[in-house]
Amino acid sequence: MITQNAPALIPVIYLAASILIALAGMRRKWLVYPLAVFATAIAFSVAGFNLFLVLHSGTVSYRFGGWIPPIGIEYVLDPLSAFVAMVVAAVAFAVLIHSRRSVPLELAGKEAPYYAVLMLLLCGFNGIVFTGDFFNLYVFLEIASLAGYGLVGLGEKRSPVAAFRYLIMGSLGASFYLLGLAFLYMATGSLNMADISRIIPYVSGNPVLFVAVSLMTIGLGIKMAIFPLHGWLPDAYTYAPSTSVAMIAPLGTKIAAYVIIRMLFYVFGVHYVSRDFPITTVIGWLSVIGIIYGSIMAMTQTELKRMLAYSSVAQIGYIGMGIGLASPLGLIGAVLHVLNHAFMIACLFLVAGNLRARVGHSNISDFNKSYCKKMPWTFAAFTIAALSMIGIPPTAGFFSKWYLALATIDANNWIFLAVILISSLLNAVYFFNILERVYLRPAASTVPATLSSPTAANPGPQREASLSLLVPTLTLATAILVLGLFNAVIVKKLILPMLPVVM
Amino acid sequence: MLDFFLGHYAYWFILVLLTIGLYGMIMKRNLVKKLVGMTILQSAIILFWVVISSKWNATVPIIAPDIPCAQAANYINPLPHALMLTAIVVGVATLGVALGLLIIIYRNYRTLEENVLIDRMK
Repeated sequence: MITQNAPALIPVIYLAASILIALAGMRRKWLVYPLAVFATAIAFSVAGFNLFLVLHSGTVSYRFGGWIPPIGIEYVLDPLSAFVAMVVAAVAFAVLIHSRRSVPLELAGKEAPYYAVLMLLLCGFNGIVFTGDFFNLYVFLEIASLAGYGLVGLGEKRSPVAAFRYLIMGSLGASFYLLGLAFLYMATGSLNMADISRIIPYVSGNPVLFVAVSLMTIGLGIKMAIFPLHGWLPDAYTYAPSTSVAMIAPLGTKIAAYVIIRMLFYVFGVHYVSRDFPITTVIGWLSVIGIIYGSIMAMTQTELKRMLAYSSVAQIGYIGMGIGLASPLGLIGAVLHVLNHAFMIACLFLVAGNLRARVGHSNISDFNKSYCKKMPWTFAAFTIAALSMIGIPPTAGFFSKWYLALATIDANNWIFLAVILISSLLNAVYFFNILERVYLRPAASTVPATLSSPTAANPGPQREASLSLLVPTLTLATAILVLGLFNAVIVKKLILPMLPVVM
Repeated sequence: MLDFFLGHYAYWFILVLLTIGLYGMIMKRNLVKKLVGMTILQSAIILFWVVISSKWNATVPIIAPDIPCAQAANYINPLPHALMLTAIVVGVATLGVALGLLIIIYRNYRTLEENVLIDRMK
């Protein structure tokens, strides 16, 4: 019985948890956090079970209300959706453990609404991952986005403005998606993904379909923050509370990337999107510009969260590049990078959260040796994640770049290969700048005042972050190493089964 | 040529609405006006869905005694209408969140004009 219901289980768990938390927040505030952890832990174990199930007994489909697709809404558990749901569950669990201390610090008195909206966000993400129906996907996209605007707007004084800009851009994206879906419905007469992929070959010459693919890709591109559509991202990530940005940054953009992968390669088909209407080429070139632009902008930032936001724009570019190559190796690189980057960026934003909890700021120009002396473990985690971002083996980041590089060589696309190499150097510049400060630069007292900011205002950290902040940070850092060491297993067991048959 | 314009008058109307909505969202400096633009854009898309489901010589999708169910082509497609009810609800929720954010912005900065806001945020 549980195997039949497996695809729908996780969104339902989160939805129920959201309602229960909102109710518990009215009377019994102490119940709020345990409920959130409990729901996430159950979802984590269900996601693990789902992954096991799908690898052993193949795709599982759940029909809502017993209606047979394409008439009814279908939830599909296939290798790709099980994999992405597992990434979401793992990152969500780690960040939630971190929130026990960081939420009361940054959002005192708002715990109950925060966790209720957070559960809604995760419900939206998992709904997007599992649904097999394009309109249902739109609804869950909006559930996740609305929860995201709320979580961003909870932060410091400037955050509501950033959240409002995010909302305007996000609604524009959702509207474009809905408009594109109308054209898709005109051309195919169906909303079910599997059904549409069967109909596409018969209507592939229809120009209405071009409009549909373009509009839906632009809409999802805004949510994913592909290069020219990334305008909302830096402000939203900078001003949001560090705990909610640690949830939104690793997952939000990746989920949109997942939808683009699902839509282009599984519904429209590789042949259609790379030959009949080469939209993947456009995505690839825009991503390449985004990689360079994001890396250069990240180099000029003086605030850690803002630097990580621009670095995210660049890293999303790698996923876009993998999509743009439209080859098996490119797709492996893209999916592996979804996993790796989710862990890396979550770890880095948790480090930023630890710094805010202990020092009260995360300005890069104030970092010096005393930071690493007082917070050795936090910066050990930072170092692993930073090395992974640059792409140094055996950290996870190296291997997704490796597969992308193999894909570019396979496609004889030397410009893309050059961009991968150049951007790795640029990443090294801005991450080594921080590592040099915290490991080598002496504390400000021995440096002339012209070289460092006044020390009286910023005495630096007094002690290491508390255990409940440290454990998730270090767990994610260890996970980056483990994912790197076992990448061959992950690619062979998890990613190869999910490639579309025609590839 | 004239037939092309007149025959698609509903689509031209929706195109005009879409343009007005996009213009409002992107070019207007007042945050409330941006929201008005967003609502117009959403309404245009909802109208578009409704328009594509209509057809000539067909009736409302309620089972009529003189049209047997077998002739389903004689009914207008009801699915887009049902979908758009959901989309309207989503739009209302978005508007609610947006207005909530505007209230906080106004409390923090005492303005909703974007250029004034940017000055006060520094």
